[in-house]
Amino acid sequence: MTYQFDFGWLIVSLPVLLKGIRITVQLILIGAVFGVALGIACAWVRALGPKWLRPVVATYVELIRNTPFLIQLFFIFFGLPSLGIRMSELTAANLAMIVNLGAYSCEIIRAGIQATPRGQFEAGASLAMTPFQAFWYVVLIPALQRIWPALSSQIVIVMLGSAVVSQIAAEDLTFAANFIQSRNFRAFETYIVSTLIYLALAILLRQLLAGLGGMLFPRKASR
Amino acid sequence: MIEFSFWDILRNLLLAARWTVLLSLVSFIGGGIVGAVLLFLRIGGRRWMRLLSRGYIQLFQGTPLLMQLFLAFFGLGLFGIDVPARLAACVALILWTAAFLAEIWRGCVESVAKGQWEASASLGMGYLQQMRYVILPQALKVAVPPTVGFSVQVVKGTALTSIIGFVELSKAGSIVTNATFQPFTVYGLVALIYFALCWPLSKSSQLLERKLNVAHRNH
Repeated sequence: MTYQFDFGWLIVSLPVLLKGIRITVQLILIGAVFGVALGIACAWVRALGPKWLRPVVATYVELIRNTPFLIQLFFIFFGLPSLGIRMSELTAANLAMIVNLGAYSCEIIRAGIQATPRGQFEAGASLAMTPFQAFWYVVLIPALQRIWPALSSQIVIVMLGSAVVSQIAAEDLTFAANFIQSRNFRAFETYIVSTLIYLALAILLRQLLAGLGGMLFPRKASR
Repeated sequence: MIEFSFWDILRNLLLAARWTVLLSLVSFIGGGIVGAVLLFLRIGGRRWMRLLSRGYIQLFQGTPLLMQLFLAFFGLGLFGIDVPARLAACVALILWTAAFLAEIWRGCVESVAKGQWEASASLGMGYLQQMRYVILPQALKVAVPPTVGFSVQVVKGTALTSIIGFVELSKAGSIVTNATFQPFTVYGLVALIYFALCWPLSKSSQLLERKLNVAHRNH
């Protein structure tokens, strides 16, 4: 191998990289918050919601879980405008991430809810809790606590999957990498650097979520 | 301007879907073989082996598949090889699949009770014998549902190879869209074809899990 590695371009391209990192972080933060919220709502529907809505949510979950994120993204960004729904690249990217994480977290949270014994829900009702209160305090919080590790890894997976949004020209880290390598012709070095940044982001995000889990659920799971 | 009928679109997408299926099969089988090697390193005796395979798994699970594809595409070229997109796609997908399968299977091997290892060791079995006759037959049963479940991720992962220029279902979708200007129909159909490929796998994974009911056996 006679190839000479060159990382001199890093200094010039740093602002572009940093902007890419900022967009990727912003995408995953918004995506995680709203995605998990959507997942909770869907899990509620599937566990206790109105009967007619359940098959709708089930179809949504199955459709999303069995199609690639890339196609969901293309469908939202290129397909929906023919129905008159137009949005910017970033909005489309974020919407795709929310819809994607919503379906996966629905399944994860539902598994946590199913592990809650039915008697607990009835016990909540006997304490004069409204069904919503019983769901929130008795079912959901312990369920979230139980499935927090699984949910965290799903959020990390969605963050890594977000590399694809560069394909609709959302200016995330991968977009920055594509841009930089088209300028410096150092494709391998550029992608190595951005891969390592993704790795660092994934590790950071995992730590952050573990810390958040410790903060949100200080008590040991009551089983 | 040429008019494209619905059948024209569907036929072209289905023809491209063959490549998705083929690439999925190659990745899954290749990934299974590399994954098995990783698994043996991961649970094997030597410390450096465990560290090596752990590092490998962390690296591939902690970085985007898209970046791995780019690196395979541009990295293999550094060795002076002319890299067609399909080669880069296969290499990256195999390595990526291997990392996940190794980790899934490690969980399955570790779910076999520790006493089994000790019992077989007390019968004078070596490491390979223990694996062959005691551990793997039990772990295999646990491993089937999550492995089938992961195959869905592999099929979906192949969609990313369109970005480095491999013409499979997703790329065909983009090409057909550019020719027909009907993104809604085309991407809708592409999604449905992926669904038709993945859903049976998801469902059979669930059914297998229920049938083998392995979650509650060791409790």
